This record gives sequence, C-alpha cells and structure tokens, in this order.
Amino acid sequence: MTDTGNWGGGQDGFVDVRPRPGEAEFYDSAPTPSDSFLELRDLRVQFPTDDGLVKSADGLSFTLERGRTLGIVGESGSGKSVTSLAIMGLHKNTRARITGEIWLDGEELVGASVERVRALRGKKMAMIFQDPLSAMHPYYTVGTQIIEAYRIHNKVSKAAARRHAVEMLDRVGIPQPGSRVDDYPHQFSGGMRQRAMIAMALSCDPELLIADEPTTALDVTVQAQILDLIRDLQQEFNSAVIIITHDLGVVAELADNIMVMYAGRTAEYGPTDDIFRRPQHPYTWGLLGSMPRLDRERADRLLPIMGTPPSLINVPSGCAFHPRCNYASLTGGRSTDEVPVLHSVDGEHSVACHLTAEQRLKAWETDIKPKL
Amino acid sequence: MITFIVRRLLGAVLMLLVVSMVTFAVFFLVPRIAGQTTDQLATQYVGRNPSVTQIHAMEVKLGLDQPIYVQYGRFLKGIVAGADYDAGPDRTHCPAPCFGYSFKNQQPVWPQMLSALPVTGSLAIGAAILWLVTGVGIGVLSALKRGSIFDRTAMSAALAGVSLPIFFTALLSLAIFRDSVPLFPDAGNFIPFSESPGRWAEALVLPWVTLAFLYAALYARLTRAGMLETMNEDFIRTARAKGLSERKVVVKHGLRATLTPIVTIFGLDLGLLVGGAILTETAFSLPGLGRFAVNAITNQDLPEILGVTLLAGFFVVLANLIVDVLYAVVDPRVRY
Amino acid sequence: MKRKNAVAFAAVCAGLSLLTACGSGSSGGTGTSNNTAGAAAYNAGLNNVVNPSTKAGGTLNYALSNTPDSTDPGNTYYALMWNFSRLYARPLLTFKSAPGADGLKLIPGLATGLGKTSADGLTWTYTIQSGLKFEDGSAITTKDVKYAIERSTNYAPSVLPNGPTYFQQYLTDPTYPGAYKDTTPDKMGLKGIDTPNDTTIVFHLQHPFADFDYLVTNPQTAPVPPAKDTGSNYQTHPMSSGPYMFSTYDPNKGFTLVKNPQWSASSDPNDKQLVNTINVAFNVQAADIDSRLLNGSLDVDMDGTGVQTAARARILGNKALQVKADDATTGFLYYAALNTQVAPLNNVDCRKAIMYAVNKTTQQTAYGGPIAGGDIASTVLPPTVSGYQRADQYAATSQPNGDTAKAKSALQACGQPNGFSINIAARGDRPKEVSAAQGIQEALAQVGIKAQIQQYPTGSYYSTYAGVPNFVHQHDLGIILGGWGADWPDGFGFLSQIVDGRAIKAAGNSNLQEENNPQVNQLLDKATQTSDATARNKIYAQIDQIVMSDATILPEVYSKALLYRSPNVTNAFVTEAYGMYDYTQLGKA
Repeated sequence: MTDTGNWGGGQDGFVDVRPRPGEAEFYDSAPTPSDSFLELRDLRVQFPTDDGLVKSADGLSFTLERGRTLGIVGESGSGKSVTSLAIMGLHKNTRARITGEIWLDGEELVGASVERVRALRGKKMAMIFQDPLSAMHPYYTVGTQIIEAYRIHNKVSKAAARRHAVEMLDRVGIPQPGSRVDDYPHQFSGGMRQRAMIAMALSCDPELLIADEPTTALDVTVQAQILDLIRDLQQEFNSAVIIITHDLGVVAELADNIMVMYAGRTAEYGPTDDIFRRPQHPYTWGLLGSMPRLDRERADRLLPIMGTPPSLINVPSGCAFHPRCNYASLTGGRSTDEVPVLHSVDGEHSVACHLTAEQRLKAWETDIKPKL
Repeated sequence: MITFIVRRLLGAVLMLLVVSMVTFAVFFLVPRIAGQTTDQLATQYVGRNPSVTQIHAMEVKLGLDQPIYVQYGRFLKGIVAGADYDAGPDRTHCPAPCFGYSFKNQQPVWPQMLSALPVTGSLAIGAAILWLVTGVGIGVLSALKRGSIFDRTAMSAALAGVSLPIFFTALLSLAIFRDSVPLFPDAGNFIPFSESPGRWAEALVLPWVTLAFLYAALYARLTRAGMLETMNEDFIRTARAKGLSERKVVVKHGLRATLTPIVTIFGLDLGLLVGGAILTETAFSLPGLGRFAVNAITNQDLPEILGVTLLAGFFVVLANLIVDVLYAVVDPRVRY
Repeated sequence: MKRKNAVAFAAVCAGLSLLTACGSGSSGGTGTSNNTAGAAAYNAGLNNVVNPSTKAGGTLNYALSNTPDSTDPGNTYYALMWNFSRLYARPLLTFKSAPGADGLKLIPGLATGLGKTSADGLTWTYTIQSGLKFEDGSAITTKDVKYAIERSTNYAPSVLPNGPTYFQQYLTDPTYPGAYKDTTPDKMGLKGIDTPNDTTIVFHLQHPFADFDYLVTNPQTAPVPPAKDTGSNYQTHPMSSGPYMFSTYDPNKGFTLVKNPQWSASSDPNDKQLVNTINVAFNVQAADIDSRLLNGSLDVDMDGTGVQTAARARILGNKALQVKADDATTGFLYYAALNTQVAPLNNVDCRKAIMYAVNKTTQQTAYGGPIAGGDIASTVLPPTVSGYQRADQYAATSQPNGDTAKAKSALQACGQPNGFSINIAARGDRPKEVSAAQGIQEALAQVGIKAQIQQYPTGSYYSTYAGVPNFVHQHDLGIILGGWGADWPDGFGFLSQIVDGRAIKAAGNSNLQEENNPQVNQLLDKATQTSDATARNKIYAQIDQIVMSDATILPEVYSKALLYRSPNVTNAFVTEAYGMYDYTQLGKA
C-alpha cells in the first residue's frame, strides 16, 4: 500500500478532463448537480478482502452526453467492468465500498436508494454483457426474458409485451422473430444470442447503454455485425453508449471518445482520433502495438506490453505503470514516487504521465510509430 | 420422448428381472454353498420340533425340492399369469401379479404389501413435503445471508441433522414428545387417513419430523451450496441489470436454476423411501414396507423378500424415469 | 416340546414355557409377596390378583414385537398364543385362572370334567357341555372338536405347519392323511377319535399315556366347524367359541377382537368378557413396547418375555414403577449340552471336569443377573416343574464360582490332565448366549481346556447346525448352548425331548447332548404308564439325578423375566401355566 500516502489528505492527481467553467475543485464543495447526461466524479470502488483492500476503481471522472459513445479500454483487471457495474448500481448491497458521485440525467446514483437505482436499471440505463450464453437464463425462452425486462418498467399485458419482444427481435435482425421468440438461448447461435441480448437491453429504450465486451465471445465476422447494430441503434435511439473492451480495434470505429484505464485509474483520455493519431501514454502505445494488423510482417507485427497487469491490492507506487514502462528512467525517479496527474495535452485530450511533452513526442515518433 | 420412455420401461423390466434373479440366487445358492440342504431350509417354515414327514410335507408344498430354475420359473409365471394355491379345503387363486404366498404365514404377499404401502407412502410423502419446504427454505435464506448468525445456526443444525442417525433422533423425539411431554401420545400408532385424518397426522408427526430432519439438513446444505453458486452466475447479474426486484431475482432466477439438480435428488430419495423407510419405520414401529422387509428377512420368508425387493426396485426405477422425464421438462437444454 | 427358538424369533420365545410349581413348598427363588390381594406391589402379581375389578367396557391394547406363528388355534406353538387364543378358541380342558400354584390346576374348558381313562389306559373320554354355540349361533359338537384335531398340524402339516403333533404320535391311526385329504363324506375319517354323540368324544391311544389331560389343553382341541374351515386362511377369522371373536385381521399389522354375543358366562366361569374391544398390534419394536407400556398408551406386552434392558433399569431404579413389576419365573432352563459323541467328552470324567470348572455366577450374569436372568440352576428340571427335587451334585449353588480342584482331578480321571481343545456352539445373534459362551471359555481356560466359540444364526441353529448330530460331530461342537421350556408343566413334558435317546434326530434334534441312557429311556416309558402323580414325580426326579450324574447337561440358570404390569389393567396376575399374565382375565381400569 505504498501509494496510499500519495493519495491522502484530499490532494488528488485527478482533475476533470473537461474544462468546467468557474469550478476547478468540484469535489471539495457540496455535490452540485451535473449538467451532463452522465458524469462520474472521483468514483472509487473498493472491495475489502482477507488479503487487503482491492481498489478496482480509484478516482475516476468523466462525462458523457446523449448520442455520444465512450470507449473504455484496458486490460482485464483494470477496473472497466467494475466501473460499469457501479454505474448500474449493481454493487449495492454487496461488500463493495463506493465513494464519489455518479450523476445520471441530473440524479446522483451513489447515494440513491437501492429501490431508486433499481427503477432506473433496465429503463433509463441498460447493459449488454460479454458472454450472452451465460448471461441469459438457460431455463427461460428468449421471449420470456425480453418480456420480463419490458414488463418490469411498462404496465402492459403479456400479449402486448410479447408483441413488443417480437418487434425488438426483428429490430436487432433476428430472422423469423415470431417463432424464434419461443426458443431457448441454447437454441440460438452466438451472434443471435448477442442480438437477443441487445434486444433485451433496448426493450425499454434506455438512454444509457453500457456494452461490456459485447463482441469478445463472438466470431470476427459477427463482431462487425454486432458493432454495426449497436451503432445503428444508437443513432436511432439517440442514447449514450459506453463500450468496454480490451481491444482498441473495437472502439476505433464506434467511439467518439476513448478512456484508457490502468490499475483502476485513467491513463489517457481523449477523442478517438487523437488517441489513435497522437497517443500520449506509453501504455496506450502498448495497446496500439498489440493490435494485430494484416499489412505487417509477422516478426514485428506485435509490440506486446512487457510484464503482467498489477495487483489491485498492491498497486505499484507512483505511476502504477512504471514497472512495465520502458521510459520510466527518463522521469528522474518521479514515476516511482509521485502519482501522475491527468493533465490536458490538447483540449479534451489528456494524459497521466510524468514524461514531458517532448519526451513523449520523441518516443512516439522514433520508437513506436514506425513499428505500427 | 415416447420412444425414450418405452425404452426406459423395457430396461426397467429387465433390471427388475435381474434383481429378482439375484435375490433368488442369494436366497437359495448361498445357504446351499454353506451346506444347507433343502429339508433343512424347510425346517424353518414348520413349527418347533417337527417330524421328518412334517418337514418333507412343507418342502413339497413350498416346492423347495424342485430345481431352482423351476422354482424361479414358477415365480415369474405367478407374477404374469397368477397362481393357484392349496389352502387346505380348496385351492385358492392368486391373481396376477401374484408374488406368491408367504412361507411363514401362508398369506398372499401382494395384498400384504398393498396394506403396508399406504403407511410408507404417508410417511415418505409427508416427510418429503416437510423437508423440501424447510430444507430448501433454510438453504436459500442461509445462502442469501451467508455468514450471518442465522446461516451459522442453520448450518450447525444441518450438520447435526446429517450426522445424527435416525434411530437416535427417533428415540429421542419419542422420549421427549411422547413419553415425557405427551404431545403426541399416539406417535407411531398408525391410523389410516381415511379412518381419521387427525389421528393419522398425530401418529405421523414425529416420524415425519424425524425423517425430514435428516433430509432437510441434507437439502439445506445442498440448496445453500447451489444458491451460492447460482447467485454468482452471469444470468443473475443480467436479471438484476433488468431492474428486477431482489426477491424476483432470487426466486424466479436463482432458485429456479438451483432447484433443478435438487429435484433430481428429491425424486430419487423419494423413490427409495417409498420402497421402505426401514430405520424410521422400525424406530416408530410403523407397519410399512420397510418394516415388512425387515420382518421378511428375519423370517427368511422368500416370497416376501422377493416381493418387497421388487416393489422397492420398481419404485426406484420409476423414480429414476420420472426424474429423467421431469428433467426434460425442467431443463429445456435436455432433450431425448 | 417347546424349545426356545427353533425358529427365527428371538424375543417371542422366552415366554413359551409352561411351568409348574407343583412341588410342595416350591416358592423357589421367586420373591414371594406378603401384600394383601389387590394392592400393587413388586411381585404382587405372582401370588395375588392385582386391581381386581368387575368393571366392564373399554379397549385393551396389546402389542407384540413380531407376529405370532398363527392365530389359527390348530396351527400355533407359541405359549403366548396358547394363553391368548383361549379368548376365542376354547379347548377341552384348560388351566385354572388363578395366581400362584393354583394356576397349574387343570379344569374343564368345553368339557364338563377331566378325562376318564379306561382301565388299560388306552382310551380317554370327555363329555362337553351341551348348548354351546359358535359366534354365528351354530351349535358346538364333539364332531367339531374331532375335526379341529383332524385339520391341525398333527395330520395336515402341509397346510398348518406350526403346531405340535402329540395327537398324531399318541393316538391310533397315525397315518390318517388329515381332514383336507379325508375322503369320507363327513370328513370324520380319523379312527383314533370317536364321537358317539354330540357331547361325547373318545380318544384311542396306542400306548397308555398318563399325561393325556395336558394334551387336550392345547388349542388344537378348540372346535372348528368344517363348513367354515378355510385352511391356511382360517387364521384371519377363526370361528369363536370363546368370549371374543375376530373383527379385523391384517397379517402384518395385527387384529381386533370384539365381544362374542353367543358366549355366556354361565357356561364358561373360567374366562371373562370385560372390555368391549381388544386390539393386538404386531411388529412393534420391543423397546417401543416398553415405552408405550410405561406411558400408558399400551396395556399389555403380549410377548410376555419381560421388558428390555433400558426399561428394566428404569423400573428397578424407581420405586413407583417397581411396584408395577413382577419378576416371574418363566419355566425355562438355560443350559450347556455336553455332547457324548464328541471326543474327549465321550468320557464322563471329561464332562464332569467342565461341570466343575464353569463359573456359575458368570453364567448368571451373562443371562442378565438374578432378576432378568434367573437363579443359578443345579438340576435339569426347573423348580416350577413337577418332579423337581432340590439337588446340587456339582456344588453349583454352594460354590458358584466353580471348583478348579475338582475339575482338575476329573481331568486326571479322564486321562487329560493337561486339558484338551473343544468347540462351543452359540447363537451369534444372541448377545447373552455369546457372553455365556465367553464365560465358559474363560473358566475352562483356567483348568487348561482350550475352548473355541463357534457362532451360528438363530434361525437355522437347530435345523442346520447344533440340531444336526453329523454337523456337531464334524465340527467338534462338544459344548452346545441352548434353552428349554416344557410343553406342559410336568417332568415328562420337560424331559422327554431332551434326554430320551430315542428322540435323537438327524436334523432339528433337541437332545443336543445325544444322551442315550437305557435307564433313562425306560424310566420315561414307566412314567407314562404310572397314573399316580406322586409316583410319577419320583421317577422324574430320578431321571434328573441320572442325567446330572451322566454330566451331559450343565444347567446355567432357571430363567426369570421382569414383567411390567400396567396400572390400566385390572385382574392382572401371572399364570404359572404360561409364565406371563393370564390374558383371559384382564379388564380395563
């Protein structure tokens, strides 16, 4: 727990990445309602375990507007899924300790009652999970599960709900939805299951859709279809979308903004274009280097990140990435002592790194870019 | 599905045939290997101090002088086609399924088993309802409140229930609730339901509770473990993400998945019990099939042993079949 | 003769004995009660009627730890059924319903008096009361009595296999095929019995038999109307000639008796018809019977073999309970037979060595101690059988821990000064018998005799193992443990099957020691022809003494059982004829 001291006493490395007129240190004052559709302020999710405190999300802040898509990228264990579950309120009544604020359409969710958040779930915000086979109940038909989701929030007859379910299945591109509605999940193919899952999530026209690794379990061809579907539906419903993935390629086409997470903290944030063209964080470089590309020679095609993701109990001191960072030596020891502050490099584009702008530019231009 | 059932039924008949053959063989061959002759065998079915003619008459009467395969064939024929029996003044007909006449009391076996069946049935079904409701209920609550005082108390009680033998809990319950505090003075004194439902229940409450205690403990542990596993499943998270109330998440999604394997075990347990809850019936002196079986074995009464073995086997096979069919209904992923 | 457990029933059998206290002053070890009649006190039921009452009505609940061999009077060998069946099947003669030695007196049942024998002793004639009726109102005649014997185990063992066969052995026409194969039109083909009119019945014997009156106390002489005989199904509803009749019957659950409206007290002063209903439950756990007796939900333990260990401890440890108990002598002798054909026990001195060596106190403890086990035995005949004379050839009572010195000198005399090896047979499923065998083993080891215990199942002990001389010889079963009770309460009834050399059988043998002493055989014959009871009893005492001198039977205990007398029951007393409460007298308090 060498880093705890660095974070204590209200001193914080994180600042809001978006300029907020007239307010720099919002977390010091009483909670002020957010103007954004979704806003996270210094969200921390911790799990007490026998081995120590697991800090799955360690001071996250971002905003998201309707009709926009945010991609959250990181290795497994970087806290992406925990963050999304926190937004959905699914940590309530568990041992998880949650602090900070989550504002959804002017309503704060961290302090809200269980019942209130439950009423919003499925209706105002919905979620699509990674493995649709295990995420759908094996003993109920697809239709039953969609009908159930719809009827929780809409007082309609079963027949009407069923018609709605068929319609939803049709909209997500399931052929013969009138008969497939009575099939069980195991009778669907993987892609169809994910479509059904999306249909279920969208059945109440949610304004926020969180897709947690929506395509990881699918074939490559089906992946593209599902991503297209999400984009189409988003445009149709004008909802805000969060896509969580470990694969930058998935969000390249879809996301407006990208947040790169490492060890529960934001490493880099910015518009998709900026992230791909001018990535600032050595970890982001690593992620880019790990993307398979068909136009490269096999030998230098991949630039894997060295080492393993850090333990969330014993997060490395200073910059959590420093044990795996090739440029840590250039910081003169700061990377091991001081937690880097997320700071803007160009408008919305910000990074939490001790390297100077020149050092980053040089490394990117000479070491990384030519190999990508 | 139909072919599946037919195939299973044929298999069941075959299995029961094998069971009867093994029973037959154990009964006749084992003593013979140990050196017992057929007239020595017959001596067990006559009175004290019998004369040689008396023994021989019984040997012929019971057919023990015939080769074993002839005796077995006659037994099978009796089940399929019925049999005639020399009752003394006349021959009485024993209609199919005729499991023969008791070597000991000369009464047809089948009606005796039919009269014992309601006792065991009352005991098993009553106890089953009790243990299913309490066992599963406690298991669910324990799982949801894992680590709480309730959970710890319930699981300690369950451990006791699983570990304590029935004849101990049975005698304890009798000593306390019948003999010390006469809450149930008539415990174990079976009265048919049709005669007096009140006294029927009164006689059975202690046996039910005793039997159910063991199984409830087992089921509570099973349910708790199953619930803990199920509640970590992805589909439970999905159900919550839909905005379902926690009660619905637990009952409709969690319990539904947990119950499937429990239903399987339940069916098999019930099938076994209907074939005779030997310990409970013995401890409470209930005249059911289990007690009937014990007496048949003590008395070396072959037709009764065969009858009760086959009946118990039949119930187990039937329970297996029902469970398999039910499984297809309960779990849509299973198809035959 | 009744032998303990020729069949698989363990608990039922200890009560199978008939015992007698004919010997004058034979108060034996039985605790005599000096209480006034009627008061409940420990052992009050042995010599007094406890709770005497004429109160009628109510229900008596009996329970049995197994099932009876049969409820058919012509097909039972259980003493408890001989006692109980009198409620619905009246034999020609019966035992007086009275406590103490009076209970062994023969009195008329259906008959008007005891049997009249001819001068040559070859016929016995009985007259029955006229006007007697079955439960259906039809008249009871001597033809029904004759038919009952014709259909019984005596002649029709393949249909009714369980009863004794004395009539077949003693009456003329022993090859009569039985009522069910009788081709005469009225099925009266047995030449051994004549019925000159409806109230007279004459028995023709092959040889004189002085004890014949005892034979006709057997329920086999209770009348059976031929038209109502259903053979092996008759047990489900025997036609009643007594105060009660069958109302329901289930071979595994039990049966119910209700009052027989055709019965009249004036024709049957010995029996009582007090309660309205009698329920008998089969297959109740022995320990559960005790609990139910003690909590009052059960009135009578029909087994009559005494309470189990747990209940015994409770009763003896609690004065309030103890006054409701009777420590009754069962008439059983537990003994070790010393086989005369297994070397070196073919030498009488080797047998004597064992007689001396065994520690009798250990044996008494093994069988349950002085209360539940019984008194240390020193003769073959128990003190409650007529013919018993006090004797103690081997100092069993004066030196109960065994006499090692005498045992060693007996070994010298038989030429085995260093001892020998021998096997002990016992029923492995009877802990008491096994522990008795272990006691013998220990005691013998002290004089150098190495004994090995062989355990066999009760169910086939007599039919396959201990009762098969060939098997005994092959397996060197020199010492065989067993128990014995008489079929009727005199010396002949007790001795004839276990000491008569001519009774040795290839299987199902009861003369376990294979005693074949011509002197004994002759004396037994002489006794059957001696009509004077006193002279007969002298002969029995003489036989007893010869057998003890032969050292073929090592008596262990005269068995006793602790019976619980429920306060719910009126008119309770132990009948010495059956060693249990007299079931014909009980009423409900």
